[in-house]
Amino acid sequence: MDYLSLYVTLKLAMATTVILLIIAAPIAYALAYLRFPGKSLFEALIYLPIALPPTVMGFYLILAMGPKGAVGRAWGALTGGSLLFTFLGIAVASVLYSIPFAVQPMKAAFLKIDPRLLENASVLGLSRLAAFVRVVLPNSASGIIAAAILVFLHSIGAFGVLIMVGGSVPGVTKVASIAVYEAVEAMDYRTAGLMSLCFIPISYAFLLLVNRLNGDSKHGA
Amino acid sequence: MALKLKIKKRLHYFDMDLFLSCDDGRMLVLIGPSGGGKTTLIRMLAGLSLPDEGRIVFGGETWFDSSRKINVPPQRRRIGYVFQEYTLFPHLNLHDNAAFAAVDKKEVADLLELFGIAHLAGRKPHLVSGGERQRCALCQALARRPRMLLLDEPFSALDVITRRGLREKLKSLKRKFDFPILYVTHDIGEALFLADEILPIVDGRIDRGWMQRTITPEPATGYPARATREPRLALAY
Repeated sequence: MDYLSLYVTLKLAMATTVILLIIAAPIAYALAYLRFPGKSLFEALIYLPIALPPTVMGFYLILAMGPKGAVGRAWGALTGGSLLFTFLGIAVASVLYSIPFAVQPMKAAFLKIDPRLLENASVLGLSRLAAFVRVVLPNSASGIIAAAILVFLHSIGAFGVLIMVGGSVPGVTKVASIAVYEAVEAMDYRTAGLMSLCFIPISYAFLLLVNRLNGDSKHGA
Repeated sequence: MALKLKIKKRLHYFDMDLFLSCDDGRMLVLIGPSGGGKTTLIRMLAGLSLPDEGRIVFGGETWFDSSRKINVPPQRRRIGYVFQEYTLFPHLNLHDNAAFAAVDKKEVADLLELFGIAHLAGRKPHLVSGGERQRCALCQALARRPRMLLLDEPFSALDVITRRGLREKLKSLKRKFDFPILYVTHDIGEALFLADEILPIVDGRIDRGWMQRTITPEPATGYPARATREPRLALAY
């Protein structure tokens, strides 16, 4: 049993979830409520990771984060280090890979809010930002929790994009899905089986929770 | 004159072309058939909808002027607006709803008391009746110490007895208000009971004859008169 890779997996999933909750909320708000030129193009770009093969996404991330890529060069100039084969590198990849799973449920939750509540908030003197914090967020709790769970689960299951960007550095970038793959490659089915078994109850329990949250919001509770 | 408005707006079925004014402490009731532009007018006053052209001036302050491209956003107009539908914030209890934009939070308990819902202060909106929600919406609007109060058919979704009680409450409170109140209704009885002035609006324009036409019996000639005299004939038709 490779506990270290399980630890890296959970650390990555938590980091991705926290970062995405912060990043995705304003994006989802913009997609739900604002009109701006190129909105449909931007929305399609946000959802692109769902449609792309993870290895293709990983390939472009290697190009961007590599020593000749714009992001890699900027990062190198700032810190003197590299993003590839680091935890930060796979965290960035994981965030980009999971962004649709955060934005979509949040946008759906924001759209469920009665627009008259927002009109009332503006008449009562609240700016757009204040209305977002005081009205939109508290009334979208189930959507935000669902987004957090989906991102967490999706990050746990990530494989292709992570192996492309991070490789398999034990304790740094080697996550459980990669450890399972390597165990199978090494014909160590016992380790692969034990690690795989860890995923099922966690993923199943969280999905039940998402269903429960969706059911709750449908019944207006 | 506290409020002066002269606006034009092209709508789907007709063009609005309105002029009105209202003094402090007066209640102007906008009456007319549904879909005649009353709510659109109230929304323009609140800043939630824009006229195509015209001016809205309140107490010497220009809120909207199409020629000078002035449009004061709703946040800065400081008005109280009670919507036709329930717009209390569902995640807050009645006290916190009323205190949402209160100038002085200490006044909120008094307002809830005044409207007879102090005992429900800790309840969420979905746990109280429609009438209690609209009472709370009035508290919410008044706690902001508005410069003008806009009431868009606030009691229309309520039962007759609750509506009558709230009308009487509003009429008794009106004397204490030193700001203009605009009240939208299509109920002539309500308008006559509450109003200092009544402005009938039909298809986006002032139609001073509308009330008279609506409450005057049908002429004693022609088909309606025949039908009244001869009920069996009316049924046959």
